[in-house]
Amino acid sequence: MSLLDYFRISKVGTASVAKERLQILVAHERSSKNQPSYLPQLQKELLAVIQKYVNVGQDAISVSFEQDDDQETLELNIVLPDHK
Amino acid sequence: MARIIVVTSGKGGVGKTTTSAAIAMGLAKRGHKTAVIDFDVGLRNLDLIMGCERRVVYDFVNVINEEATLNQALIRDKNCNLLYILPASQTRDKDALSQEGVGRVLDELKKDFKYIVCDSPAGIEKGAHLAMYFADDAFVVTNPEVSSVRDSDRMLGLLASKSRRAEQNEEPINEFLLLTRYSPDRVKLGEMLSVDDVQDILSLHLLGVIPESKSVLNASNSGTPVILDEKSDAGQAYADIVARYLGEDRPHRFIDDKKGFFRKLFGG
Repeated sequence: MSLLDYFRISKVGTASVAKERLQILVAHERSSKNQPSYLPQLQKELLAVIQKYVNVGQDAISVSFEQDDDQETLELNIVLPDHK
Repeated sequence: MARIIVVTSGKGGVGKTTTSAAIAMGLAKRGHKTAVIDFDVGLRNLDLIMGCERRVVYDFVNVINEEATLNQALIRDKNCNLLYILPASQTRDKDALSQEGVGRVLDELKKDFKYIVCDSPAGIEKGAHLAMYFADDAFVVTNPEVSSVRDSDRMLGLLASKSRRAEQNEEPINEFLLLTRYSPDRVKLGEMLSVDDVQDILSLHLLGVIPESKSVLNASNSGTPVILDEKSDAGQAYADIVARYLGEDRPHRFIDDKKGFFRKLFGG
């Protein structure tokens, strides 16, 4: 790192970091805010059912909810373990 | 037609009460009969900022419980006879406010007042919910700081979903951004989120920027809303905000670093 780089970095304040963190966080919180309240419970129960038959971990299932103008989509994604 | 304004933020300490006092005084000074209500039950403070703490006899909860009439509880401001303050109760009963009771008091105030300013407590509990529930307009007070911006976004979500207007499918609450404790020189150094940064995230209509100012503490020390300090930057910023809210076109001030060339060169 040259001396010039050192000065350049010290010039960049923390505000840009703050903005980036906020943009990510707020986008995430807004998307989860619109989700139906039953979603976490649904995910938990589905996982319990799947675990009865397949040996999968806690993070093997993801449920996402999307809302367009004219339709709502519930997307269920299950990752099955590799057959070795 | 009376309008109900909620001054809200989610986060505490960002300047809700300072703002409530300033804009209520500003609206009254412009000739509109205005009432300002402290919704922070248990932690009354608007009375101190307005300088009427020794004149409190009855409070908001007394009126809701019909232990006092509205006229008995309303305190006429010492600086402006069109401004009235309804202080919060010091009770520790957090269920002292009821939606029905608050609605009844607001309906009665609407008959006599042009603007009703609701000073929300921090948080998203009952007091904050009831402060915003009946609102027509929301002033979202935000500091250029991550936790405040995040909480403001949460609050915007609640304004859009949990208010009377939302529940009854009426036109949504008009939401305005008030960015407080702003330091243009720190923004310039990249140390503080800029107005544009905050607007990029919250996408709100900017009503005004209040610069970080010594005059705010001076005003609260002496119990006079900072807007009455007409020489101060914060006082002028609040006067601009009131004018813009009333529909006047005023250019934004206090956003750019106004330091002179030599001060910039040598710091300080």
